[in-house]
Amino acid sequence: MSARLSAYGRLLNKARSVNFTFNGKKFRGYEGDTLASALLANGQILVGRSFKYHRPRGIVAAGVEEPNALVNLGVEGNFEPNQRATTTELFEGLLATSQNHWPSLEFDLGALNSKLSRFMPAGFYYKMFIHPRPLWKYVYEPFIRHAAGLGKAPKNRDADTYEHFYAFCDVLVIGGGIAGLHSAKAAAKSGARVIVLEQSAHWGGRALVDGGEVDGSPVDNVVDKLLTELSSLENVTLRNRATGAGIYDHGYALGYERLTDHTSDNAGPRHRLWRIRASHVVTATGAIERPLSFSGNDVPGVMLASAVRDYVVNYGVGVGDRTVIVTNNDDAYRTAIILKKSGLVVQAILDARMLAVDSPLVAEAKSVGIRVLMGHAISKVLGGKRVTAIEVCSQAGRGTVLEKIECDTVAMSGGWSPVVHLWSHCGGKLIWDENFSMFRPDVDKAPKGVDGTAFVSPAGSANGHFGLMELIGDAHAMGQGAAEAAGFVCKRASAPEGSYIEEAPMVPVWLMPQGANFALRSKSWLDYQNDVKVTDVQLAAQEGFESVEHAKRYTTLGMATDQGKLSNINGLAILSDALNQPIPQTGTTTFRPPYTPISLGAIAGEARGEVFQPVRRTPMHDWHDANGASWEPVGQWRRPYAYVQPSESIQDAVMREVKNTRENVGLLDASTLGKILVKGPDAGKFLDMLYTNVMSTLKSGKCRYGLMCNENGFLIDDGVVARINEETFLCHTTTGGAESIYGHMEEWLQTEWWDWNVYVANVTEQFAQIALVGPNARQVLERLSGMDVSKDALKFMEWTDGLLGGFDVRIFRISFSGELSFEIVIRSSEGQTFWNALIKAGKDLGIMPYGTEALHILRAEKGFIMIGDETDGTVIPQDLGLHWALSKKKEDYIGKRAHARSHMSNPERWQLVGLETLDGSVLPDGAYAVAEGVNANGQNNVQGRVTSSYHSPNLNKGIAMGLVIDGPNRMGQIIDFPGTDGKTYQAKIVNSVFYDPEGEKQNV
Amino acid sequence: MSDEVSALGGVTRSEGIAKVTEMPLQGMVTVRGDLSDKVLKKAILAVTKLEVPVLAEINQVGEYALCWMSPDELLLFCPYASVEIILAKLNKSLLKTHSLVADISDARTIFCVSGSMARDVIAKLAPVDISPKAFQNGMFRRSRLAQVSAAFWMPADEVVHVICFRSHAQYVFTLLKVAAQKGSGLNVF
Repeated sequence: MSARLSAYGRLLNKARSVNFTFNGKKFRGYEGDTLASALLANGQILVGRSFKYHRPRGIVAAGVEEPNALVNLGVEGNFEPNQRATTTELFEGLLATSQNHWPSLEFDLGALNSKLSRFMPAGFYYKMFIHPRPLWKYVYEPFIRHAAGLGKAPKNRDADTYEHFYAFCDVLVIGGGIAGLHSAKAAAKSGARVIVLEQSAHWGGRALVDGGEVDGSPVDNVVDKLLTELSSLENVTLRNRATGAGIYDHGYALGYERLTDHTSDNAGPRHRLWRIRASHVVTATGAIERPLSFSGNDVPGVMLASAVRDYVVNYGVGVGDRTVIVTNNDDAYRTAIILKKSGLVVQAILDARMLAVDSPLVAEAKSVGIRVLMGHAISKVLGGKRVTAIEVCSQAGRGTVLEKIECDTVAMSGGWSPVVHLWSHCGGKLIWDENFSMFRPDVDKAPKGVDGTAFVSPAGSANGHFGLMELIGDAHAMGQGAAEAAGFVCKRASAPEGSYIEEAPMVPVWLMPQGANFALRSKSWLDYQNDVKVTDVQLAAQEGFESVEHAKRYTTLGMATDQGKLSNINGLAILSDALNQPIPQTGTTTFRPPYTPISLGAIAGEARGEVFQPVRRTPMHDWHDANGASWEPVGQWRRPYAYVQPSESIQDAVMREVKNTRENVGLLDASTLGKILVKGPDAGKFLDMLYTNVMSTLKSGKCRYGLMCNENGFLIDDGVVARINEETFLCHTTTGGAESIYGHMEEWLQTEWWDWNVYVANVTEQFAQIALVGPNARQVLERLSGMDVSKDALKFMEWTDGLLGGFDVRIFRISFSGELSFEIVIRSSEGQTFWNALIKAGKDLGIMPYGTEALHILRAEKGFIMIGDETDGTVIPQDLGLHWALSKKKEDYIGKRAHARSHMSNPERWQLVGLETLDGSVLPDGAYAVAEGVNANGQNNVQGRVTSSYHSPNLNKGIAMGLVIDGPNRMGQIIDFPGTDGKTYQAKIVNSVFYDPEGEKQNV
Repeated sequence: MSDEVSALGGVTRSEGIAKVTEMPLQGMVTVRGDLSDKVLKKAILAVTKLEVPVLAEINQVGEYALCWMSPDELLLFCPYASVEIILAKLNKSLLKTHSLVADISDARTIFCVSGSMARDVIAKLAPVDISPKAFQNGMFRRSRLAQVSAAFWMPADEVVHVICFRSHAQYVFTLLKVAAQKGSGLNVF
């Protein structure tokens, strides 16, 4: 039974108790507890069920490497699955539930899988569910998806907020343990800007549990002093609860800061993603203890020896009353000694090694009366939901039981692995260290920056230095080296000296006992979270999955949310053994960021809710909104699709707007159209290259419609160009084209025609632009008075500047509807006022605003094309019958050469025609016209498609435009358009100008 | 007319870690040309009493300022009412010098972010080193705020002026509000 000890508890504030709930049961812990330590203090070691076999699982570790203690935290908008109890700080009111069991943690039906484990080896799912094929989608997959997954997916919108933070420094130190703090100090002394990230709430790391001295002072004093010193430095930023999550090219690193997870007060953002640019990074990320592989090593009560020690020292929790230590190194003896000191019983230390001479730690354990069995191992752990005893065997043998020892806790240590993850993220290489049986950073093969020099240095135990003496020296040197690499000068100062404790060498133990039989091996877990056993990896090797990456995926070793922090090295050692090759030859799987899971909210940052995406608003946006606008997204803009009046459907509104515009006068917010000024002595020449037709001959005061193609001849934009004066043109683009066409112009000017004297400026947003369309349009303008807009004074395709009703405006007489039409341009800041003035002036003339759908119908009635409807990036002007806009006089223009390609001049290209259904109904937009026969895939051949289709209220029938093979030569033919509704629509090929083909209405 | 309105009508918000205010309409002229050209420099000096700024800087005196936008582009600040006169003067003196000047006063919106944590707010949205050592009065940076283009400078300690497109004004205002939410200060600058 785990329980609180009266002594110890370095991190606790025992004066403040904290209430929390686990699986509906109320518990109490102390301020400073983690959820794991508080659960253990309350005797709760069983925290979940395993993924595949639903075996009872207990807390194994005390930090980020914990594979088992994953819980659902919070409720509703604060619900989050798969949270590590070992890194979750306790706060008042914390609500947690365990995962992956049904109906309850104590009694789980899924545990039947465990009885079937013989029949569910590695690759089981691949082999079992592959046949018959159709069953996968409808039977197996839904079943497996139901059974799989640890936590539940959240159902509510996240109630918290998140943010990013862009930070810059010379040296980024990841890890605030004794090594990281020394590196930071060494670097900071040079004047370099230093950021230190510590993943936990506490500084100093393991050193504070294990003790020792630096320069004669005990480590806790040393850490306090370092912190005080570093905090006082202006060039140092210290952040705790901030994980260094990833290192990327160009000195880019991600930090993941938890701001409110440790408290019930949720003011401010919950997480902050630090996006850091550092000249140099020091990874002082520490080391993680490895488990040992013996039968029953997953029974609750079997824990890492260091974790057992952490719970005593940091949280004042005794994991059990009677503990057996099993180890292959000296470090686990520290656990035995501390347990003994705290008054708990240590039944025995089983040391797989045979030492000729007792090392100081072994001697100390013996001297305090602990029974030490050298050369011994665990044959098997007994117990279900908690360890009850172990069976002892000789490590060298096959598991013959020599003795049974009653115990409730097993503290295991298989040695330590440096945390090389961050070192490896950006290409740092590893070497195999025979002495410690571990991969450590190969400092000669560091991640390199653009200049080919290293930009990451490992430090301390992350660099494979474990004793304080070695570790501090390394950290100091790496900190200085980092500052120097960042261009700073470090004064030669003597490095601080850590104390030295002699330790006997560890021996590698990958399987316990060495000759364990199948029964023992098949209960020896490597990966707790994904239920991978020694036998699974051996089977994978046997079946030919020799690459470590293949074996990983076949067995799922290391693929769970802990990403194999405990299982990685043990797994590949077993694989190497099975393949009969040395471990470095097998190598590791790839270490990818993030080091520990980070929230999706942190990645999204501020981009949610109102600021999920930018929405661009015209000066009249609020008016539209207040007047029934049904919005349509056009690029980042929102444009009114129609202004819907009360008791009207959207379609009713569109019909009303179209008719009113033809019969009275309509008003359109055209402010979103791109407006680009092009100026310079070579402006005409430049536009002649950009547009397919000639612009240089345009007279000042006149307008011309133009087409733009890309280098491949495809239409990319169209619009009206106005000549302002000899050297200045104003080019109108489509709404979506404003930025891209401006960029297109700049690109050609900067890269190809850099010697042409042309400047461009995107003035789109400087102006509100309002189209006034319909037979009464001129009358409205005349009522405002001040400018002569008569037929002769302002002819079609002309523009003029002036004061209209006191407003400083430019009026274009252009038409995209076939009606008498003016487009009036005014400064954005006056847009709304002017809009109001127009509406007031036109009130009794039937003035009404119209939206984009009415705009579309009006232009379609006239057969005007729309970029994005009639074009899709594969359409050339010739397809649309726009030959007249392709200059034959010009020597060149962008796209001209492409138009000469054989495919472009093929008469079989799909070309623009009008389409009318025989019964006057509306053709489905986008429908394809079928032709005779089928293609190689057995699909109907096609001969055309609908590009625009509407009901025209003026003609009272459906009208459409489409691209049809050789269309213009097939007038009157009837072709079939099967709809997705099962009906086939028959349509006649007609001229694409449906309304006022002579163009009389606009020339009034 | 004197009915000109800024994009958000001068909205302001002071809850949170910084105060965010939309500034009144500001005269702005874009000037494109060879920034080393003597005639251009002289013309600019004549209307603003300011020298052309060097890379990524702003020269500001009184109601006039010049911002470095690119190797061939300046942004000129002047009183809103003076734009037409300035345009006329520049066009006249640059008649024979290849250049482009245009009024863009209504194409942009300026926000003022102020308070001891003004830098924090910007650093959450722009990938720019805005620490006091790296970013000071006199500097001008074109960058982005979250998903849109923006530029900023610090006319005084604890004051950042942010310029964005007018159509993005509402987005940027909300963005600044979110970044300035209560309890979100970092205290790192």
